[in-house]
Amino acid sequence: MSNNDITLGKDRFRRDIPQTTSLSRTSQGSVALPKVLVLTGYGINCEEETAKAFELSGGLPTIVHINDLIENPKMLNDYQIMAFPGGFSYGDDTGSGNALANKIKNNIEKEILDFAKQDKLIIGICNGFQILTNLGLVPAKENKYGDRQAVLMHNAHARYECRWVKLKNTSQKCIWTRNIDTLHCPIAHGEGNFYAEKEVIDSLIKNDQIAFKYIKDDDSPANQEFPFNPNGAMLDIAGICDESGRIFGLMPHPERFNSFTNEDGWTLEKEKLLREGKELPTLGKGLQVFKNAIEYFTK
Amino acid sequence: MAHRIEVITHVNDTRSEVMRKNLVSEGFAIETAKVLEVYTVNKNFNSEEIKKIAEILSNPISQRFKINEPFKDIDFDFALEIGFLPGVTDNIATTAKESIEGLTKQSFIEEESLHTSTLIFLKGKITEEDTKKIGNILANKLIQRISVKDKTSFEKDDGMGLSIPKVHLSSEIEITKVDLNISEEELLKLGKEGILNHDGTRRGPLALEKDYLYAIKQYFEKEGRSPTDIELESLAQTWSEHCKHTIFAAEIDESERTARARASEESGSASSKQRELINKDGLYKGYIKKATIDIRNKKGKDDFCVSVFSDNSGAIIFDENYLITDKAETHNSPSALDPFGGAITGIVGVNRDTIGFGKGAKPVLNKYGFCVGLPNDEEPIYRDKDLKEASLAPKRIFEGVIAGVNAGGNQSGIPTPQGFSYFHKDYKGKPLIFVGTVGLIPKMINGKPSHEKSAHKGDKIVMIGGRVGQDGIHGATFSSETLSAESPATAVQIGDPITQKKFSDAIIKEAREMDLYNSITDDGAGGLSSSVSEMAKECGGCEVDLDKVPLKYPNLEPWKIWISESQERMTLSIPEEKLEKFIDLMNRRGVEATVIGTFTDSGKCILKYKDEKIMDISMDFLHNGLPKKTLRTTYTKIEREEKALKEPENLTTTLLELLKNPNIASTEFIPRQYDHGVQGGAVLGPLHGKGRVMSPASVTKPMIETTKGAVCSQGLYPKYSEIDTYDMAACSIDTAVRNSIAIGGKLSHMALMDNFCWCSSTEPERLGQLSSAAKACYDYAVAYGTPYISGKDSMFNDFNGFDKNGNAIKISAPPTLLISSLSVMDDVTKAVSLDTKFAGDLVYILGETKDELAGSEYFPEGKNVPKVDALSAKKLYEKVEKAILKNMIASALSPSHGGLAATFAKKTIAGQLGMEIDLNKIPREKDLQRNDFILFSETQSRFVVTIDPKKKEEFEKLFESESFACVGQVLDSQKFTIKGITDKTIIDTDIKTLEEAYKSTFKNY
Repeated sequence: MSNNDITLGKDRFRRDIPQTTSLSRTSQGSVALPKVLVLTGYGINCEEETAKAFELSGGLPTIVHINDLIENPKMLNDYQIMAFPGGFSYGDDTGSGNALANKIKNNIEKEILDFAKQDKLIIGICNGFQILTNLGLVPAKENKYGDRQAVLMHNAHARYECRWVKLKNTSQKCIWTRNIDTLHCPIAHGEGNFYAEKEVIDSLIKNDQIAFKYIKDDDSPANQEFPFNPNGAMLDIAGICDESGRIFGLMPHPERFNSFTNEDGWTLEKEKLLREGKELPTLGKGLQVFKNAIEYFTK
Repeated sequence: MAHRIEVITHVNDTRSEVMRKNLVSEGFAIETAKVLEVYTVNKNFNSEEIKKIAEILSNPISQRFKINEPFKDIDFDFALEIGFLPGVTDNIATTAKESIEGLTKQSFIEEESLHTSTLIFLKGKITEEDTKKIGNILANKLIQRISVKDKTSFEKDDGMGLSIPKVHLSSEIEITKVDLNISEEELLKLGKEGILNHDGTRRGPLALEKDYLYAIKQYFEKEGRSPTDIELESLAQTWSEHCKHTIFAAEIDESERTARARASEESGSASSKQRELINKDGLYKGYIKKATIDIRNKKGKDDFCVSVFSDNSGAIIFDENYLITDKAETHNSPSALDPFGGAITGIVGVNRDTIGFGKGAKPVLNKYGFCVGLPNDEEPIYRDKDLKEASLAPKRIFEGVIAGVNAGGNQSGIPTPQGFSYFHKDYKGKPLIFVGTVGLIPKMINGKPSHEKSAHKGDKIVMIGGRVGQDGIHGATFSSETLSAESPATAVQIGDPITQKKFSDAIIKEAREMDLYNSITDDGAGGLSSSVSEMAKECGGCEVDLDKVPLKYPNLEPWKIWISESQERMTLSIPEEKLEKFIDLMNRRGVEATVIGTFTDSGKCILKYKDEKIMDISMDFLHNGLPKKTLRTTYTKIEREEKALKEPENLTTTLLELLKNPNIASTEFIPRQYDHGVQGGAVLGPLHGKGRVMSPASVTKPMIETTKGAVCSQGLYPKYSEIDTYDMAACSIDTAVRNSIAIGGKLSHMALMDNFCWCSSTEPERLGQLSSAAKACYDYAVAYGTPYISGKDSMFNDFNGFDKNGNAIKISAPPTLLISSLSVMDDVTKAVSLDTKFAGDLVYILGETKDELAGSEYFPEGKNVPKVDALSAKKLYEKVEKAILKNMIASALSPSHGGLAATFAKKTIAGQLGMEIDLNKIPREKDLQRNDFILFSETQSRFVVTIDPKKKEEFEKLFESESFACVGQVLDSQKFTIKGITDKTIIDTDIKTLEEAYKSTFKNY
């Protein structure tokens, strides 16, 4: 068994217990493990696998209910990373990600903006990306955090779509996509059609903020062609970051590619490896996104 | 003053474009459609406030809004608005209200409210009548209202105007006493149509038969009083077929053969075969439950069952620390009336059977099965003689239920890797909508076995989740009746998955580990009347204050509060000292939790309303007072003839046509819109290979950190039922088992569930068919060692109505048995997908092919329906399991609907590699000498597998004592060819042609 192997039981993360110390040390005493606040509540539903992905990547995740965060926003000081997982917050009522963003704005807008402006990391996946855009944390052109500048609209074919897509990292700046050239990754959403006005798009390009684009199997641009670009997003945009590269929103779900056996078509790869006499990998390539965030603090 | 906010999308307005396309495809000459969202805010705000409110309810980049005035720049001919009827759940409004309260820091008080609606501007060559028709297509009149204005009146009125749908119920609440000293005719009418209202109308079916009514009459005569309305309604709920499964519990006097056996037994001369026939215990105890008991006894220390038949789901061992649960339900009647609502409440409801298992299991995967009429059947049928109430067309039902499970499953964050669709003309009157959920729960919680729970005397009765309204009144009794014009509209329910998600998380992920409750159950069919009185059995009584139950709107009558099936609710039993902590936790999670009474040991179920005692029935009578039925059955098997069938000249065409058969064709559009990756444990989902072929089985890791997987599959063969229900059941079981084996399931750790959906279950013939199927359930489960852990039956899937000429018709769904299998595999990396992997791989068939064409998709008539030889099948399955564990098999798929031909084609499409097959090599019965019979016979217990040629020797050695052969190979080309038994090529085509045929039928869905 390689050291990548997952051990049963021992690593179940805690929920909802605020930490008092900001950084801990491992038994080796060498590297501090960053703490990750994984948000949940009101229909967010990918919090467990998102927390697990951070844990498998060397982080210390805690799942925190939005109401507990509202009650005690100071707990944000204890964390280096904040994750808005995927799901169906408020059932997409009044627009995907809108109602949860409203809840945050109505209660702890200042604290979240403070967190965003510090040297900390934020990720929003799928519904989390929709929340980030409604909170104005991405793209935050001219560092106008809190300003809604982009929107994720109904998929062009107007239906919820669940499938695997191929992504190309096109940003040098984004911390979350480091060490990734292309990535096979699942999507599952009804509203992933990225739209922004021209000046916002221009500045995204200019400031190297487009982190993931949908591409075809041969790595050529998807050019909005279904199913490679599954939702009709402008410029095939699958994920963007803020101007600093610390805050990242994406429609695909890298946390769902945590194991070798998650990947679409893994049984063909298995058969190939077996016939070549090679070992099967255990972990999934999607974890690189989370490792990048951890390594930002540990390397 | 109320405000009206209209929101328009001005970029990428996909919704409007889809609306236009759909209306055009419905035959309306629509040029443009523009869809707006409308919020009617029935609360006073100043102009500044209402502007801010509009801003947070819209998107500044893609949308614009107007307050209290319409958009003037829209070109249209008619405006159509669709809103909810008073009292119907409006989820978006609930969310919007919360956002507004958060923004303004002002609460909506009692008389204030918020409502949403959809406004559609239509332009085109249409009339007002057309617009109303469109409204009736888009809206469900049971829950929605429409209003239409032409351009002139819209402009004159300056818009659609304000409309506030509020429920006004009479505030006079009275408790009616029901006199049972009436004529038998009146008594029967009471049972069939319900309690008489003052205005002469009746309240809707109690579904109480004659002997039940007399038992009730006798009880109240002994009590010396008349029952109250609520007592009668309560008994009707509790004793309903839906809740008590009276038919499955009844003693079965089965067929003449059985009668003879009985006579022989009495005279002491019965053979052992005859003794077997006699079933005094009824279908459930005598076959289903007995199978499980016998299997568990035989397995001894290897028994993996933990909780069977006693809880909301059944549970087996997953690993040393966890249990895995399973449950499947049907939601047929509601789905016939409102497919979306029926399906969403079905899936979200069966999720609660998971949350309500033991101390609360976490739902880890959903399953579906849609049995509907033929998708192109547009011939209308009506529920009433005046032809006013048309039934929904099969295609609309199909699309509606797909959307319902989409909304329920996706929003709840539960993956849906498993499901099927099946079409038959006789599902037209009543569709069968199956929904299932697998759950996971630690074996021990707080040092106690998690599957054990019990309400204690003195515990508080707490209801959590949604509020109670008129929805779903008489759902349980209605499910126990056939569908007709009297079917109550209020039986329709609206799903609200997010309300449920909130309490599901709060219970399973927090309260459960905090040990805050003693027992928990789902509020499903029968509502509180069922959940509270079932839990009260655990301690021996209950006392409920119905006026404490939170309502959607005031003045709901107590009997309705008690039996309402308003969704997304659960009932818990909470010790007094933990109450405060529990309620506080729920409130902090946005979950409403209310104490509605106390569990007691009084032996009585007592209800109070405003301090008045309105129900006082002994627990024993409530639960055990119903007379046991004895059912008379007959089963005359029609002597069928094997019909002559000419061999087609062009079998390539026959195969391509078969691939277009809706029961074989790809319904990929369904899994594509069902999230099957959430929770991060997907292994093998609904689509396999580069060619994306539908798989009949799936593998899911319910925990990311283990290598163990849950293997699910399903089997059903409604077309076999008219020939032989025994064989039909045997084939359903064999299919669910072998599909699981093919993907990597483990026979020694596999459980089954039975879902019987029968028709006309008062007719002895139908009961005879039922009894025969149930006997097969016993025989095959025992043979395979696969116990039933849960099940459900729905006995009256009949439609009584009228054809377009007003002639009375009855359409009975074919007797249907869905068998679901759940297995645990130790190492998911061993799982095998169905797609061929590499050119040069060898194609093998395992198992013998027989002349069993009858009832097949190719030839639905005839006599020789497939029979299952379980003993030899079991031997084969154990070897396949071994071969998979040794990595010998590169791909596997077992033939079912469509036989070998469909299986070869699917494997080829999935792998996107050519294939050549030689029929002559196929192991088969000696006298089976027709190409089409070999290709399309649906003989059970077979596999088509491909292997690496290097493994040939090892593979053949393992199977040497089995009937098997290498029949072809995988090609490095696009060709798909099959050589017939006379060495002539009988099928010659290519992957692209096969794929187009397979994917053509539902291409535009």
